[in-house]
Amino acid sequence: METIQLEIDGKKVEAERGTTLLQAARKAGIEIPTLCHDDRLAPFGACRLCLVEIDRGGRKRLVASCAYEVEDGLVVKTVTEKIVKIRRMIVELLLAEATTGPLEVLAEKYGLKGSRFKGDEPACFLCGLCVRYCAEVKKKDITCFIGRGIGREVAFPSDLARSACPLCRECLPLCPSGAWYSLYLKGYEGMPEEAGPRPGA
Amino acid sequence: MNKKILKRFDSLRLEGEKARSNVIRPGSTIIQVGSATCENAAGAREIREEFRKHIASSGRADIVLHDVGCTGRCSLEPIVGILRPGERPVKYQQVSREGVHRIFTDHVLHGQPVAELILDGTQKSGSRYEILFCRGERCGNLAARGLQARLRERLEQRGVGADVVAVQGVNFADMCVGESKFQGGHFLVRPGNHLYRVASDADLERFIDEHLLADRPVQELIVQEQPIGQNFFELYGDISFFNRQSRIALRNSGIIDPTSLPEYLNAGGFHSLARVLAAGDPDGVIAELSASKLRGRGGGGFPTGSKWQMARKEPGGEKYIICNADEGDPGAFMDRSMLEGDPFSVVEGMIIGGFAIGASRGFFYVRAEYPLAIERIENALAACRKHGLLGEDILGSGFSFDLEIRLGAGAFVCGEETALIHSIEGERGQPRIRPPYPSQSGLWGKPTVINNVETFANVPVILEHGAEWFRHIGSDKSGGTKVFALAGKVNHTGLVEVPIGTTLREIIMEIGGGCPKGKRFKAVQTGGPAGGCIPATHADLAVDYDTLTAMGTIMGSGGMIVMDEDDCMVDIAKFFMKFSADESCGKCTPCREGSKRMLEILERITAGEGREDDIAKLERLGLLMKRTSLCGLGRAAANPVLSTLRHYREEYAAHITEHRCPAKRCAALVRYSILADKCVGCTACARNCPANCIAGAAKKPHAIDPERCIKCGRCFRVCRFGAVERN
Ligand SMILES: Cc1cc2nc3c(=O)[nH]c(=O)nc-3n(C[C@H](O)[C@H](O)[C@H](O)COP(=O)(O)O)c2cc1C
Ligand code: SF4
Ligand code: SF4
Ligand code: SF4
Repeated sequence: METIQLEIDGKKVEAERGTTLLQAARKAGIEIPTLCHDDRLAPFGACRLCLVEIDRGGRKRLVASCAYEVEDGLVVKTVTEKIVKIRRMIVELLLAEATTGPLEVLAEKYGLKGSRFKGDEPACFLCGLCVRYCAEVKKKDITCFIGRGIGREVAFPSDLARSACPLCRECLPLCPSGAWYSLYLKGYEGMPEEAGPRPGA
Repeated sequence: MNKKILKRFDSLRLEGEKARSNVIRPGSTIIQVGSATCENAAGAREIREEFRKHIASSGRADIVLHDVGCTGRCSLEPIVGILRPGERPVKYQQVSREGVHRIFTDHVLHGQPVAELILDGTQKSGSRYEILFCRGERCGNLAARGLQARLRERLEQRGVGADVVAVQGVNFADMCVGESKFQGGHFLVRPGNHLYRVASDADLERFIDEHLLADRPVQELIVQEQPIGQNFFELYGDISFFNRQSRIALRNSGIIDPTSLPEYLNAGGFHSLARVLAAGDPDGVIAELSASKLRGRGGGGFPTGSKWQMARKEPGGEKYIICNADEGDPGAFMDRSMLEGDPFSVVEGMIIGGFAIGASRGFFYVRAEYPLAIERIENALAACRKHGLLGEDILGSGFSFDLEIRLGAGAFVCGEETALIHSIEGERGQPRIRPPYPSQSGLWGKPTVINNVETFANVPVILEHGAEWFRHIGSDKSGGTKVFALAGKVNHTGLVEVPIGTTLREIIMEIGGGCPKGKRFKAVQTGGPAGGCIPATHADLAVDYDTLTAMGTIMGSGGMIVMDEDDCMVDIAKFFMKFSADESCGKCTPCREGSKRMLEILERITAGEGREDDIAKLERLGLLMKRTSLCGLGRAAANPVLSTLRHYREEYAAHITEHRCPAKRCAALVRYSILADKCVGCTACARNCPANCIAGAAKKPHAIDPERCIKCGRCFRVCRFGAVERN
């Protein structure tokens, strides 16, 4: 493994080639907020909270740190006025749809009063952890995205679930919003007796 | 140079020539009928059938029906061309069955063109000679321009009138390269098709004296080259709409039979491929493309040579070539037209690409909504395989390559390269983060080159005529031409191919003929929903990738939607934002949520419920989308809003603060009322009002009930006395 030197927030940091900026930062004790990242899964880059500024020979660019690989001599800033503004706006946009778990924490961090709960059910913010875990770790592809744009949703199609879900239930604790639990239950309704007791029952 | 390959190609070409002359014997009269989707929709199928019947009953074997692709004159289809031997081609517009009968009996059989049906009414006066003067603007050969004016002057001085000669400026686009560069101006004289190169006033005098007045062509001034544009002028006819264009990517569209390999060979097709294979130098091909300054025509404008170079130098055996024919921009149809009108050019470009980067497989990713294009590609691939131009050991060169077709999933975002790759892999068509770029890790993780249809179509001609020629046609920074789809409030809608660097004014006002009904040209949206609006005050902008970016818009795939004084810019921005919000894949936060919020704000502004801080909000959200979205869709989706905010801020403000739509377009903000002193009580408005909300006795002033009025504007349009007021 080749070791690379770079600078994150003024700190000299060492990282292995092929790892990401997010990994390098976290190893160095620098926290970057994320909603859709999980170390076990391939980078997704969807929530856009992990954007950082890189500087390569004077050319500054915003990149998703969860996916951008470390480069020798790269100068990275994880907090600038611009980045804070961006993160604040992203959290604000998500808050308009859902206010659960980590979003509440982020809202507080960025000084947003967003506790406008929408309905009783926790709302999914499409981090895709449930979908990707099912596909990448369990190789099952049961949980899926449907629809596009603002109509995008995750689904647990009961026919597929019935025939292929191994009932590992490892996806349940992954969901940061809490929405997955009820979606899963809906799909579970159609399960045969042998599927065992309802999760959580 | 491997001579065996060239020999094989030559015998293929000869075979093709034979096959072709069996169909179109020398001396035949040719009837060209368009056979693209648009032409068929306009009724070309029935027209073809009608001609077939006429030919059959005439019993003439020397009249041939010839299917061609579309030339891009959408509003005037079906278009029919008549080529009688030794005569100028004539094009007819909007031909009906009845028209077929007249064209056939008067023109085809008796040589009398049917004047009223001629395309654009451009039947030339009865001049004995016709001169097509290459305007020589693109190559910087301004001498040519001066010469044209001087020729006109001299003709006038000498009293040579329109009965003898008609002169017009056209773009030949390739007469100013190599040795002939800057040596003078070029013009083509018809009949006879003599191509002249003149450098001085003495040359002009000689030409007038000997050729025009004594009918003796001046052999010393005539050159042997054939301009690339000449074929088009000969086979299509010179119509003002086309004279200002440079047909390079569309060089064969509308003049050859797109289903016939012999015709493509006859038009010079596959010669580049044969030469490339014979030379066996992939790096040379890439160097030539880089030198030509060809930039991607699909949106991003990335230099094609560099893209190929990146893929070539990646290690590893398997690599792929993909042609992006997803074409999702609303109103864009250049790729469809090219694939339907000249699929072989694109295939040839892809094979050359495969050879250059070291790929052995390639894919056409085509919209499923393009069945005719798909059929034509399939046909082209089959013909190429049959004649050793695809498959194992192409032309005996040892290089093997084959192409397959994949159908698009139908979403706009599938045109984005990483989403497209996912879609071919059988995954959900959603973009992923780059880097790695497809040229490093693309289809199935292998180095992959993705290019647009038009990009590939340019490759064979660049290699045929050389990088220098191509570079000279375009601007400093990018070579060649761009095909635009002109649409909206413009007289001549359709496909327009012009050198990069042509001004908006020339495209919209001269080629496009300006706005219909004498309305004022207000703005143009380039680049489709990902582009922005440019106000008419910037009409002298030379259209190039960088100039458009500097104006807050993009070249995109070449959409151009023209707007006139009746268009409301807020409404336009709302239309495009609605498109992007619907087409966003929904993966990343800024695009999914940002487009939703921006659309909400635009909807309330046009409904007259805008709030004071809405403009600032739009700007903040727009910048967020632009800076932080994952893929190009989200990054560009705010362009229509941001650019209209930049140039038409006062229109937004009028909606918000004065509850007024300056273009009187937003229904919620206009009111209709009847001016009692102008109303004569004709009852026309009342009879036409779908809401039945206009009251008044005959011959008495009428009145509108504003509560029930649905603001359809019908009364405003039907009143012949100007009594209905809109404000
Ligand atoms: C939302 C979106 C849609 C796109 N649609 C198309 C398309 O329909 N056709 C196309 O050639 N390129 C399209 N592109 C651009 C492609 O990603 C890619 O840049 C292009 O095909 C590269 O070819 P070129 O270098 O020849 O332009 C699209 C990009 C985005 C972001
Ligand atoms: S259900 Fe939960 S885990 Fe799945 S995408 Fe939504 S928020 Fe993420
Ligand atoms: S920018 Fe839009 S289309 Fe692109 S990945 Fe994000 S949500 Fe999908
Ligand atoms: S605008 Fe339409 S609904 Fe209103 S009065 Fe006129 S015709 Fe009737």
